[in-house]
Amino acid sequence: MNKTAKKNIHSMNDSFWNTIHIDLTLLSLITILMAVGLIILYSAGNQSLSQLSSQVIRLGIALVVMLIFAQIPPHKYFQWIPVVFVLGVILLFAVDIVGHIGKGAQRWLSLGVVRFQPSEIMKLAAPMILAWYLHDKPLPPSLKILFFSITMLIFPVLLVAKQPDLGTAILILAAGASVLLLAGLGWRLIAIATGLVLASLPVVWYFLHEFQRKRVITLFDPERDPLGSGYHIIQSKIAIGSGGLFGKGWLSGTQSHLQFLPEHSTDFIFAVAGEEFGFMGSVALITLLLAIVGRGLYISLQAHDTFSRLLAGSITLTFFICFFVNMSMVSGILPVVGIPLPLVSYGGTSMVTIMAGFGILMSVHTHRQLIRR
Amino acid sequence: MAPRLTIKNYHLEANLFTQRIFIAAIIIIVLTLCLITRLFYLQIIQHNRFTTLSLQNQQVLIPIEPNRGLIYDRNGVLLAENIPSFSLDIIPDHVPNLKKTISELSTLFDIDNDAITQFYKQRRQHRSYEPVSLKLNLTDDEVARFYVNLYRFPGVTINARLLRNYPLGPDSVTVLGYVGRINEKELKTIDAANYSASNYIGKIGIEHYYEDELHGVVGYNQAEVNASGQIVRILKRFPPIPGDNLYLSIDSKLQHIAHQAFQGERGGLVAIDPTTGKVLAMVSHPNYDPNLFVNGISNSNYKQLREAADRPLYNRAVRGQYPFGSTIKPFYALQGLNEEVVSPEDSVYCNGYFQLPNVSKVWHDWNHKKGGHGRTNLHDAIMQSCDIYFYTLAQKMGISKMDTILQQFGFGELTHIDIHEEIPGVVASPDWKKKYQHTRWYPGDTIISGIGQGFMLATPLQLASATATLSQRGTRFQPQLLHKVEKPSGEIVTQAPIAKKPVAIRVDEDWDVVINAMKDVISNARGTAYVKFGQTDLYTAAGKTGTAQVYRPTSLADKKDEEVEEKYRDNSLFIAFAPVDKPQIALAVIAENSHAAAKIARAVLDAFFIRSSDE
Repeated sequence: MNKTAKKNIHSMNDSFWNTIHIDLTLLSLITILMAVGLIILYSAGNQSLSQLSSQVIRLGIALVVMLIFAQIPPHKYFQWIPVVFVLGVILLFAVDIVGHIGKGAQRWLSLGVVRFQPSEIMKLAAPMILAWYLHDKPLPPSLKILFFSITMLIFPVLLVAKQPDLGTAILILAAGASVLLLAGLGWRLIAIATGLVLASLPVVWYFLHEFQRKRVITLFDPERDPLGSGYHIIQSKIAIGSGGLFGKGWLSGTQSHLQFLPEHSTDFIFAVAGEEFGFMGSVALITLLLAIVGRGLYISLQAHDTFSRLLAGSITLTFFICFFVNMSMVSGILPVVGIPLPLVSYGGTSMVTIMAGFGILMSVHTHRQLIRR
Repeated sequence: MAPRLTIKNYHLEANLFTQRIFIAAIIIIVLTLCLITRLFYLQIIQHNRFTTLSLQNQQVLIPIEPNRGLIYDRNGVLLAENIPSFSLDIIPDHVPNLKKTISELSTLFDIDNDAITQFYKQRRQHRSYEPVSLKLNLTDDEVARFYVNLYRFPGVTINARLLRNYPLGPDSVTVLGYVGRINEKELKTIDAANYSASNYIGKIGIEHYYEDELHGVVGYNQAEVNASGQIVRILKRFPPIPGDNLYLSIDSKLQHIAHQAFQGERGGLVAIDPTTGKVLAMVSHPNYDPNLFVNGISNSNYKQLREAADRPLYNRAVRGQYPFGSTIKPFYALQGLNEEVVSPEDSVYCNGYFQLPNVSKVWHDWNHKKGGHGRTNLHDAIMQSCDIYFYTLAQKMGISKMDTILQQFGFGELTHIDIHEEIPGVVASPDWKKKYQHTRWYPGDTIISGIGQGFMLATPLQLASATATLSQRGTRFQPQLLHKVEKPSGEIVTQAPIAKKPVAIRVDEDWDVVINAMKDVISNARGTAYVKFGQTDLYTAAGKTGTAQVYRPTSLADKKDEEVEEKYRDNSLFIAFAPVDKPQIALAVIAENSHAAAKIARAVLDAFFIRSSDE
């Protein structure tokens, strides 16, 4: 086979994946992550095949969702986002009201067969609406634009925080903030915003639920209540720390298998990875996640219009924040907030959102040439 | 003021975006490095600490109780064993309504109020997640009945455990004592780790004395537990080392016969193999069932035992201190000869009365109403138990020499037999009297000591041991109950006799004089035990009777025993050994407020020799 033929095949391949709007690099990385996630989950779930197969099904659904989202060209998103956003806010209100009628945390909205969390929509809708809003504004954004942007963001964040789902609220806020950051928000304004956030902390503290406050206190002094609020973080640190350089080996983690580590299949699954695969395994997992982030950043750099750029950048940064916050809370740097480790933690809703995000990334990347041509 | 840029500059925006992505990448790398640093800190730097914590989390040591050593008699008859027993246990933490549960259980089983009281008492000594027994020794039927109703009683379980059992019950209690639940005081002195699985500890008797040997060494299961404390699997087993099996020197048949002989009487008996000091029988009567104490005796049972008039809990064999009565005479006679205060041929005229010069007090012979024993030498004085002879001897010898011989025979001090409860008795001296009675020693004190009245006190054990020494012509052994020890390895260690400082008598014939006289106590028609002990062809025996007055109100002083209440009647004593020329057994008997001592001794000696001739 001569050189030209080889090149042809490659470009044919390339064009084939492009035609079905798949970014092969990103898909490969995601697939590897999913496989790794399943390996960890199999151990974390005490080798439960039923849990594993339901996770496989979820991943399958999520992959399909990703494929569908990849097919939708960016301009369609652009077209529909105002409607979706407003609908999302209304749904959040609805959940809030139902939540009042019911008792305690109410995140789920049951629409017949499908139950979903409207807050998950917001993880994508919030950055998208900002990208939509900013696409024709002169950048870097002015103070006025910043004000409107924050106004748009504040509703979903407060509504979700009120559910109370602090983790998701933080992620929505972070997604929105990343759009503003990528849009070139002036450093002065960033400084002011940061100052405001810091100044508002006492106020936020006042509005926090008792259990949320406890989690913050626990972060700084887990030994204070070792069997109560400190238990999660203590056990999680023991799991990670006892893993050492190479870990205790797959299926040999004692912390999770003997049930000392709570939520070892869901939010705290990283502790299982740390325990069984050690420092090397944890770093490898982080590297894999960073590769996905790197690909996402590359895609956003390649994007041709402001909306796509901001959207792709924000989705990527949100993904980073997701796993960074999760790993930080599991290893005891950040307070315990309910953010799962993307694509690894057992559970459906957030996984679908993440994969939808990757679908949008692929859409941005693979619809690019069409726009240019 | 520069005009504000309002139109979009796409090129500028793209550059700005690229710049921001770059900055974001830097932030991402910095944050990731923070995370990796944290992981490095946890997994590399603090690894050892967390490994330890992780192991502590998951591993527990579950102690396993060692099987308590068994106890046998000299012939291998089982005296103490461990039997499986089912108990109805309640874990207070798991029971929603304790009172209701107990009352419902009471309808199902026969549970008396004592048991309930006992349960609440024990509950206070346990942690609330530990099972506490409500009813012990369930029958198979009761176990079945419970399992049918199991669903009604969350937190109630049936547990099998090993229970100490004494098959011979009351017959062995004087020697064995018993085990009981470990109390708070004992908790402070025992090795907590070694007793972490043990419920019982020896309280008195052999069970107490040989506690360390009997208990064994605790074992452990190193177990993996999950977060709720349930055992997932056993990682390693360190089996417990069972306690040593003990073989005692006592003969349980002899023990039983002694108890039978004591039927209706109160008193103590100790029989010793004089060639080794090994105890053949040790009896305090009346006695009680040690099995009552194993799981904590109920208050009413205990009260009944404690307040019973004949004091069954009182171990007379080692704790009963009695005046010697005339059993003291052979020892003083020996000392008189040894110190050359008298010679065998010297005689005293006994008209029934004795007086010290310049003292108005008159001492009587027990036989004074019949006019005394007439001219009496040492042999006849022992044989007929002539008081006047021994008053005279005491007067000549003086209290110091009298005390010396008693001390040489081991009176007034612990025999160091292998149970802890014994007490030392009294060998009274002027110093002793000053110290304890705060008065001086009167000449009359010496006189009455000569016939074993007054201050001198001995336990049946001491008397038996001294009689054994006498029978061996001074060769002395420490009384011992332990015959041999069987280690868990199967190794058998025989407990050697422990020789004590012999009683040194200068002229060997002096022993013959005393022993011949004691032989005639039984076999001579004039001997005091000729009738009381009676005659036998089975063996030859040497003995000495004794009668000790107990305190009586003066109004009753002159009455005969039969005329006064039982508690004012004299104690009878009897010491004996047999056969005379090659003694195999020496014993001492005390019967409180009764004449039965010699009769009881006879029954035990007969049994011993019938058994011996059978073998």
